[in-house]
Amino acid sequence: MIKIAIASGKGGTGKTFVATNIFYSLVNNQIDSILVDCDAEAPNAIAFFDVKPDSSNEVTQLVPVIDKEKCTFCGKCHEYCNYNAIFILPPSKIIDVIEDLCHGCGACLAACDYDAISEKPVSLGNVTSYKYKTSLSLVEARMNIGVMSPVNVIKAAIKQIKGQAGIAILDSPPGTSCPFIQTVEQSDYVILVTEPTPFGLSDLRQSVEILRTMHKKFGVIINRAGLGNNQVQEYLYNEKITLFLEIPYKRETAELYSKGKLVSEIDQFFEKQLLAVIENIIKQNGNSNNKR
Amino acid sequence: MEIATISGKGGTGKSSLSAAFATLNGNVVLADCDVDAANLYLIFNPVQEEENVYISGHKAVINYNLCTGCGLCINYCRFDAISDVNGRVIISEISCDGCFLCSRICPEKAISMMPNDKSRLYSGSFRNGRMVYGRLAPGEENSGKLVNLVREKARQTAKEFGLETIILDGPPGIGCPVISTITGVDKVVIVTEPTISGLNDMQRTAGIVKKFNLPSCVIINKCDINTSMSRQIEEWCFKNDITIAGQIPFDRIVTEAMIEAKSITELNPEHEISNKIKIIWKKILNQKK
Repeated sequence: MIKIAIASGKGGTGKTFVATNIFYSLVNNQIDSILVDCDAEAPNAIAFFDVKPDSSNEVTQLVPVIDKEKCTFCGKCHEYCNYNAIFILPPSKIIDVIEDLCHGCGACLAACDYDAISEKPVSLGNVTSYKYKTSLSLVEARMNIGVMSPVNVIKAAIKQIKGQAGIAILDSPPGTSCPFIQTVEQSDYVILVTEPTPFGLSDLRQSVEILRTMHKKFGVIINRAGLGNNQVQEYLYNEKITLFLEIPYKRETAELYSKGKLVSEIDQFFEKQLLAVIENIIKQNGNSNNKR
Repeated sequence: MEIATISGKGGTGKSSLSAAFATLNGNVVLADCDVDAANLYLIFNPVQEEENVYISGHKAVINYNLCTGCGLCINYCRFDAISDVNGRVIISEISCDGCFLCSRICPEKAISMMPNDKSRLYSGSFRNGRMVYGRLAPGEENSGKLVNLVREKARQTAKEFGLETIILDGPPGIGCPVISTITGVDKVVIVTEPTISGLNDMQRTAGIVKKFNLPSCVIINKCDINTSMSRQIEEWCFKNDITIAGQIPFDRIVTEAMIEAKSITELNPEHEISNKIKIIWKKILNQKK
């Protein structure tokens, strides 16, 4: 299995647009593939396909439960907790867990010398599998509203697809911090989707910087080409970064996307272009063009 | 007064609108809370006056002169960050959450915690007042904590310079940096677009805003890309008692302004889009709820 992450520093450059159209093109050409929506904070990929949920797994995290009978209010758990998730006032015999701050590391459990701490699971979100055209081929990570970090839900989704298809397309969350890292870390190749604007370029530079330190192979697709200036192209040229494709800005494309429709479904040329990108990646996977 | 602009979905036009708001009336404090991918400095080229190091967390590092390879840390680590590779205990920098547990339980005291000190908090002046912005080093964690620092600094600055309005430009998503951006603000402005993703993400964003019980309104940007979807968004907002502050059609002036390093209203104050933004801003400032 080859895992290809579709990512971008800046949000709204067209990650989901590219990921869903690539996935459609692959399935339409009988290429064994799976689409994983890793943007657990704002998942949207399934809206583009006529699918029904097949199965769903809850993703949980452990949080401590403190037995106040056994607790001596020694404060060791509070001292061990690096997330300030344990609130303690020894003179008043008050101790409380702030579940929203807990990362589930288990340090408090290890700290307690009086067997006063046990753990219970709390829900973080769900990983749902969907059937598309008879096979199980869409997986969505969806974080519950109010949960702080999508990382555990993303990890669970990627774990779930292990060995399931020839090609996995991972629709990544925006940004360059932990949710992005967790997604690209698991992938063999990264397609960065950007737009030819100053914001697009600035965020692209940051993504390139981090992918290079991670020694990940990557290439770029420019979406909405023609809308801004040529600085992204110049940057890619100077940095010797592969530019796979420029998708021209067209109002019709934006309109189709807004309705949840796929361009590759009606535009065979676009479908061929996307397939060529994937073929190219599979071919060059193994040589180390983009490594520093 | 603190006004936060967020969206759930990225690329709906948060930063372009925040930039316009920041240049509309008098001096403000502008705080870029998208510490992951800060962009407003590109438009305002602020004069940096202060730089502070932000420790975003810690990473566990093994001293192999002391490590006996007992593997106790592997059993304790909940983040799958430690593994045994051919008899050598390896810590993955990416998976390490910085919880300190391994460093506490190691019988040989072979693990130490190194601070991540590459992130920064900046403040300075720009042509319409003061600006506070953060830069989270790529791959680092705890963006919510850095957002809290950005906001604290913005409040201090507002007091110090006697500025009334603080404009917060938020990150995409609905996770911890977004929650840090909106907690306790006077108004949340949700910028959406008439696409399926825009609608879905706006609903999730409205959910988080509701959870914190904050007054909010919605702007539908690029409203003419799909007018029936715009109507759907209007209906949903009406049903959920959320005011629509205004609708803005798609226009290339948004990108043109960005390229000229100006806000939309600076580039062409009399443009149709600028006039719409001015009306929306007035509405946001005057809306009571």
